[in-house]
Amino acid sequence: MAEYKLNTPLTDEDIAQLKAGDVVFLTGTIYSARDAAHKKLVDLLDAGKELPFKLEGAAIYYVGPSPAPPGRPIGAAGPTTSYRMDSYAPRLYSLGLKATIGKGKRDAATRQAMQDYTAVYFGATGGAGALLSNSIVESNVIAFDELGPEAIREMKVEDFPLLVINDSHGGELYAVPDRKAAGIE
Amino acid sequence: MRTIQTSEIIDAVAKMCVSANTELPADVRSKLEKAMAEETSPSAKEVLRQLLENADLAHNTKLPLCQDTGLAVFFVEVGDDVRIEGGNLREAINEGTRRGYKDGFLRKSACDPLSRANTGDGTPAIIHFDFVPGDKLKISFMAKGGGAENMSRVTMLAPAQGWEGIKKFVVNRVAEAGPNPCPPTVIGVGIGGTFEHAAKIAKRGLLRKLDDTHPDPDIAAKEKELVDAINALGIGPMGLGGKTTVLGVKITMEPCHLASLPLAVNVQCHSQRHEEVEL
Repeated sequence: MAEYKLNTPLTDEDIAQLKAGDVVFLTGTIYSARDAAHKKLVDLLDAGKELPFKLEGAAIYYVGPSPAPPGRPIGAAGPTTSYRMDSYAPRLYSLGLKATIGKGKRDAATRQAMQDYTAVYFGATGGAGALLSNSIVESNVIAFDELGPEAIREMKVEDFPLLVINDSHGGELYAVPDRKAAGIE
Repeated sequence: MRTIQTSEIIDAVAKMCVSANTELPADVRSKLEKAMAEETSPSAKEVLRQLLENADLAHNTKLPLCQDTGLAVFFVEVGDDVRIEGGNLREAINEGTRRGYKDGFLRKSACDPLSRANTGDGTPAIIHFDFVPGDKLKISFMAKGGGAENMSRVTMLAPAQGWEGIKKFVVNRVAEAGPNPCPPTVIGVGIGGTFEHAAKIAKRGLLRKLDDTHPDPDIAAKEKELVDAINALGIGPMGLGGKTTVLGVKITMEPCHLASLPLAVNVQCHSQRHEEVEL
């Protein structure tokens, strides 16, 4: 398991070297988007309109932060569960998105899309919202302000701590539940 | 008859919403510390280390432990000899929630199920009332995050399936949930009652302390059996493998219809955020 420091925008070379289990400290710009924002992004694509940010080389963080208290750029900002974005992810990967950041399992189509388009899925520690907010130094809403916690934010991150869960070669880090050991098989 | 003012209830509820979302309960902290000492996998240890550091940071900065500050769920015990003055009890709890979520910079996560339009203030809260002897008002609050709640299930087993069927369903549910609900989780199991009652008692069980023992030795043994089986799955902290998949299992059992065996599994994340106040 290797450790990498990467900067956005991410390139195919950046992604292809990563293997499930590697630790990555990401610096640069990432975009927040979760359920409602994904629906709106796909609606824009269907209408042939421009997206609020460039997908090529981008990383999307599945997060709906809590409000920023005075003096801080953002509130608690840990990952939300990723499977809810699986119906959108393959299309976004096909258009140049290089990384998604969240927690929990991805479906087969999303894992396949990572192989087809040299992309990756990073895990961040769920529930570590206060800790992860320390790596976010700036945050501005750039689209869908009306969605409140689900608006799209452009966030500057410094050494954001991530773990490669699904790599672009079909590798996956999550443990397979041992039903036999648990006595239910 | 004792009189309690709604203003007192509003203040207490607002404070509780904030503190439950920013302070990791002591029993949860000690379980996470114990788990960290027992884990041998470096990734499991690292996740648990991050969660403890996160709790310290939340305590020091007053940031919420998790950005998902939950839907506000309350279990309220109203003493028979209590009279509420100054307004309606349900509205007072909702007003306290509104105030706590606003003043504490907590995320407002309540929305319309179909349009997904946010209600904007974290309400309506989910409130369960119970009436008990005495002149006290006890309000228990639980911040119920969506990630863990989504992994919960209710099922109606056939009576013949018995304990083996219950065990299989609970353990399988945790296996299927895998890394999604932020393990190590706490599992509330409701057995009996009716379809909706099983779910309610499963959730109410999550108000118990992690290190308590069920007063019925037979149920206590069943809780241990489930803890051991679930931890044998090897899902581990955040699904990265390890010995700690569950911090506790809390069973609540009540009589049911002779044709039924209702079963509910309510999944709660590792922070197990809850608090209670007695007025």
